[in-house]
Amino acid sequence: MNNLFKSVSKFGRNTALIATIAAASLTLPSLANADDYVIDTRGAHAFVQFRVKHLGYSWLYGRFNKFEGEFSYDAAKPATNKIKVDVDMTSLDTNHAERDSHLAGDKYLNFGKYTKASFVSTAYKSTGGHTAQVTGNLTLMGVTKPITIEVEHIGGGSDPWGGYRQGFEGRAVITPKDFGLDMAAKLGAAAAQVELLLSVEGIRKK
Amino acid sequence: MQLKNDSNSYGWLHVLLHWWTALAVVGLFALGLWMHDLDYYHEWYRTAPYIHKSVGVVLILTLIFRFYWRLNNGVPNSIETHKSWEKKLAKLMHWLFYGLIFSMFFSGYFITTAKGQSLEVLGFIAIPATLTGIENLEDIAGEIHELTAFSIIWLAVLHAVAAIKHHLVDKDRTLLRILGR
Repeated sequence: MNNLFKSVSKFGRNTALIATIAAASLTLPSLANADDYVIDTRGAHAFVQFRVKHLGYSWLYGRFNKFEGEFSYDAAKPATNKIKVDVDMTSLDTNHAERDSHLAGDKYLNFGKYTKASFVSTAYKSTGGHTAQVTGNLTLMGVTKPITIEVEHIGGGSDPWGGYRQGFEGRAVITPKDFGLDMAAKLGAAAAQVELLLSVEGIRKK
Repeated sequence: MQLKNDSNSYGWLHVLLHWWTALAVVGLFALGLWMHDLDYYHEWYRTAPYIHKSVGVVLILTLIFRFYWRLNNGVPNSIETHKSWEKKLAKLMHWLFYGLIFSMFFSGYFITTAKGQSLEVLGFIAIPATLTGIENLEDIAGEIHELTAFSIIWLAVLHAVAAIKHHLVDKDRTLLRILGR
């Protein structure tokens, strides 16, 4: 419940609204709740992936195997939806040991200095029945910049084991140069940008 | 000059093995240091590691042969004018070299194979991956490879300085022997 009140006070600037919601939550808690979900990293029903063009000829895919995060989701009040994800950069996996070592070096992701990345949403804007734009701050290699993620709600509901889940897919395009990694200079213009492919399934907190 | 070692001198095969190892170790070190900083689109980015791996595997094979040769053929006795601590230190140095060069092979092998790729060398040999799935194995192997490489080079400097000292200061046959005299 602490999280709930935090989220309400953060997003609802209107005190009257807060009062209304607070009052409503006393009588009808289920209506006022933006449910909180934990991203199912334990069951690996979530993926932080990226792809970047190789020579401009093909897509190279990679992923980060270790991350954790939470989100709040309320279909009725999408503006209160939010997400936070922390990524262990050193869990980089491009299915090629030599490449992973190369990318870990100080010419690329520099794991000696930067081991964490994170995304914290600042706004959720519904753009259709199942789609939305999530804006927020991405911290990568010590630099924090706003990015926008195109999100699709894939589905949600009860699972066979007594839990309740929601799943999303997100796509964003970032220019690593904004974070201090000039990909175009190293790998050519076709590799200037990197696509993030985020697949997230959350289990509702009890 | 005879093929085999005897109690006073090295045979030509052992002399050859010694200088081939010296050349390969120094060459691999220089090449490794240089290629480590090559970026993806450098024209040597693919060739340099291939040469490095191939020379490395040949070095390990010759080192294995060197063990065999050593065990079957013996090495000359220590020079009598050497002090007892010099003899012990020289022996320790040799075994350190052997151990460290062997460990270079294993750490180098894991840099390449930690995620399942095989180690391909000489155009026709592919050494398959064995241990995979250990977290950050390639990074740990890389650190060990680098540290061990520098240790070997420092030992080699010491080894060379000692040989020159024996030649110029002690005026004994230490250096001449490994030159096949």
